[in-house]
Amino acid sequence: MEIVRPQSHRNLFSSNDAVSVPSLPLYRSAPPLEVRLEDFESFAIDRLRVLKGISDGLSRGKKPEEMEKLVKELWKVNMRHQHASEVLNKDIISHFVLRLVYCRTEDLRKWFLSMECALFRYRFRFLTPEAQRAVMDNFDLTCRAVNNVEFESIKEKLGQVARSMGQPSPTVDAIFYKVPFEEVPELVAGRKVFISQGYAYVAMNQVVSLVATLFRSQLSKTLILTNRVAINCCRKWTSSIREQEKHRLTPIVEALSSSYLGPDFSQPREYAEISLKDIDQVAKSSFPLCMRHLFDKLKEDHHLKHGGRMQLGLFLKGVGLNLEDALAFWRAEFSKKVGLEKFEKDYSYNIRHNYGKEGKRTDYTPYSCQKIISSTPGAGDQHGCPYRHFSEENLRAALSRMGVNSRAMEDVMDKVRNRHYQLACTLTFEALHGMTCDAGINHPNQYFSDSQKILQPKKDSSAQNLVTARE
Amino acid sequence: MIPQQQSDFDHNYLKPYYGKLFPFADIFKWMTYGHDGKHPGCDQSYFGRREFSFTLKGDFYLRFQSFNNALELENSIKEKCPLKIDIGPVYTVDPAKRHAYAQGDNNVFAPVERELIFDIDMTDYDDVRYCCRGADVCLNCWPLMTIAIKVIDASLRDDFGFNHILWVYSGRRGVHCWVCDGKARRLTNEQRASIADYYRVYKGNENSHKKVSLMGAALHPFLATSYTNVLKDYFEKILLTSQNLLATEERYEKILSMIPDESIASELRGKWQDSRRSSSAKEDINVVRWEQCKQLLQSGKHKAQGLRRCVEEIVFFFTYPRLDMEVSKHMNHLLKAPFCVHPKTGRVCVPIDPNQCDDFDPTTVPTLFQLLEELNNEGSRADVNGEWNGTSLGNAIALFRTSFLEPLQKACKEEIERSYNLKLQQSKNSVGW
Repeated sequence: MEIVRPQSHRNLFSSNDAVSVPSLPLYRSAPPLEVRLEDFESFAIDRLRVLKGISDGLSRGKKPEEMEKLVKELWKVNMRHQHASEVLNKDIISHFVLRLVYCRTEDLRKWFLSMECALFRYRFRFLTPEAQRAVMDNFDLTCRAVNNVEFESIKEKLGQVARSMGQPSPTVDAIFYKVPFEEVPELVAGRKVFISQGYAYVAMNQVVSLVATLFRSQLSKTLILTNRVAINCCRKWTSSIREQEKHRLTPIVEALSSSYLGPDFSQPREYAEISLKDIDQVAKSSFPLCMRHLFDKLKEDHHLKHGGRMQLGLFLKGVGLNLEDALAFWRAEFSKKVGLEKFEKDYSYNIRHNYGKEGKRTDYTPYSCQKIISSTPGAGDQHGCPYRHFSEENLRAALSRMGVNSRAMEDVMDKVRNRHYQLACTLTFEALHGMTCDAGINHPNQYFSDSQKILQPKKDSSAQNLVTARE
Repeated sequence: MIPQQQSDFDHNYLKPYYGKLFPFADIFKWMTYGHDGKHPGCDQSYFGRREFSFTLKGDFYLRFQSFNNALELENSIKEKCPLKIDIGPVYTVDPAKRHAYAQGDNNVFAPVERELIFDIDMTDYDDVRYCCRGADVCLNCWPLMTIAIKVIDASLRDDFGFNHILWVYSGRRGVHCWVCDGKARRLTNEQRASIADYYRVYKGNENSHKKVSLMGAALHPFLATSYTNVLKDYFEKILLTSQNLLATEERYEKILSMIPDESIASELRGKWQDSRRSSSAKEDINVVRWEQCKQLLQSGKHKAQGLRRCVEEIVFFFTYPRLDMEVSKHMNHLLKAPFCVHPKTGRVCVPIDPNQCDDFDPTTVPTLFQLLEELNNEGSRADVNGEWNGTSLGNAIALFRTSFLEPLQKACKEEIERSYNLKLQQSKNSVGW
């Protein structure tokens, strides 16, 4: 792409193509377009709004149907252009600009990849069948359709799979695609496909998953390459653009990559620091249910399995517990069960590791609700999201131990039944604090700090840190 | 419950074990995966990029150990006498040099290959076995492991197309599985997680409803095959009786609580409360009661939704394999090496032949003491095949070689040759004027 001066505006892309068939570009290569400088920034920001909207929707636990509607709306609102012929250009240009910006670190790449893949997936779903087939052609999929002979030999198994999902057995003219099982991890994980000798048999209505995985793997590879290229590119760009424009371009790129995506609680705010003696008290008053449960179980059993130690340990770090106090806290509990020596040998290392003091010194971030909800606690585990992972009776018991009254309890359970786990937690918060929480709970540390703000209004509630998200 | 012999393990005896019995050459051959330098297509750096870790006496833990050749590996183990040897992944670079490569955000030190591994532990079955708890195992509950091996092994081969699979006794209460095909070693974390989830049926813990939930008009072919070929028979012909699953009120109530239709449950309860002792002592009471239970659930008389798969759900609950998901999901997860000695039992982690796993008896696995005694009795024989020939370890090592290592090496060499020839072709094609 070439950055041109504001006055000139040339479009090398054929306008007919863009209007006739609404297509889904695969972003395989940067197109030979010329971009106005102001479009460079505004296109990217519009697309960023779409991606952030998707990120927001996902972290609020929206169901697929709701996400589909949301994506349609976000795209319509943000990605239109006064010249219909420019819509496709905007799509492509905005993607490549953001790619340039978000390729630079592992965390940014991860976020960008997730959101672009989600966007691609939902947009694919509302393409016409012809357009979908065109995309599949691009991924060389149509040639992997199962022929009649093979279909006959596996028809019964395919029928079993369909009926196990409550769907009718496939008819004789049903199309199936035979792909390596590695290409459809979602379908494999859910036992939604018949697998034989390393190949998965994907039904037409499951093709979205397949295409999305292929798109993701393609984009993932190019992001890493882009990072290497971008460093060179930037040098080329900055040397070929005149002085004023250079000063305009660099800050734009910088600003886009550090756009506010939500606090990640990796740097605890000073005023929220808690010390060892405060823990018991704040656990009762300000911990969300998931952490309260882990805390109580720890006090009761003097032990937690790995998943629980991570979830609670990182939460406490986010809440402001320093390393020394954390070690004292865990030591006090664990040594009652395993003894002091074993604690020092087996457990203290991992606590220091969580604080970035060992090994590769990553400073781990506390888990968000999205991450906790999607965890899979097994036998003997106490972590996870109680609204999701507890049976109804156990959840009711836990909530009433926290002090939730019976009327609020019904509202909460109603949310749980509809799988709105974070809304259930928000209602719990509101019931216990007697105040509404408009933003909704997205992060256990957010629950804590919001709670403390209400209970200790004397402390300064200064503006939140604007930090780069690291999901 | 078979009591463990008190002193089958002594750290001092590890020295002669590593000195004379541990099969270093075999482990090395395995870990090189054909990259032994004998073919121009070999990657000389491959073995050196593999992580080993040692647990030493006094609970010292040495991670990121790596070696350039078999001799270095052997000398280090003989010198340090680790209580446990773990095998990790193959990294992008030699683990010992990792600090030089970890620069800021773009971490160039990362795993590139790792076997697909599974860990099945008897403690995860504590709610379905009454003979033992926790770390104990006996011949009454060991069939649960046999079931796991059969179900998973068949699926790994038939469904996923893997061929080079090693099953190992963990030394005390479980089994490990190593899938070593090239395709398996190169799986991403996401793909590993998808396979682990494919195998996941039992969900939940003490906080949720412990559940086996088999909805739908049919079972997925994998579950159906497992049920028909393995689970049903083991449940009805072995576990029902050996675990006395329906013999007492406490135990049959557990099964009755899994029947969503209260009228059926009470009908059965009525039948069983009255017949304390089975009038016909011929037939085992558990078998009789299970027949009655199945009859009612499958009769078609009560055709409620949740009932359709109730019989299967009960069987799955008591028999279906329970994997440790976390072990399989991440490339960097360490796993104990075969032929280690378990410090609590003294037993050697020997391979298990999946085709003969019905015959495997964890209570007769050779122990450290036993092996060293055998060595002493035989005298030291400079045997051309190595000293293990005269001991009980011989069979284990022979099994490792013939059923696993040799076919694997053959396949690896073929793969190396194939990709080497391919590269040659490509470079020939690209050289042009």
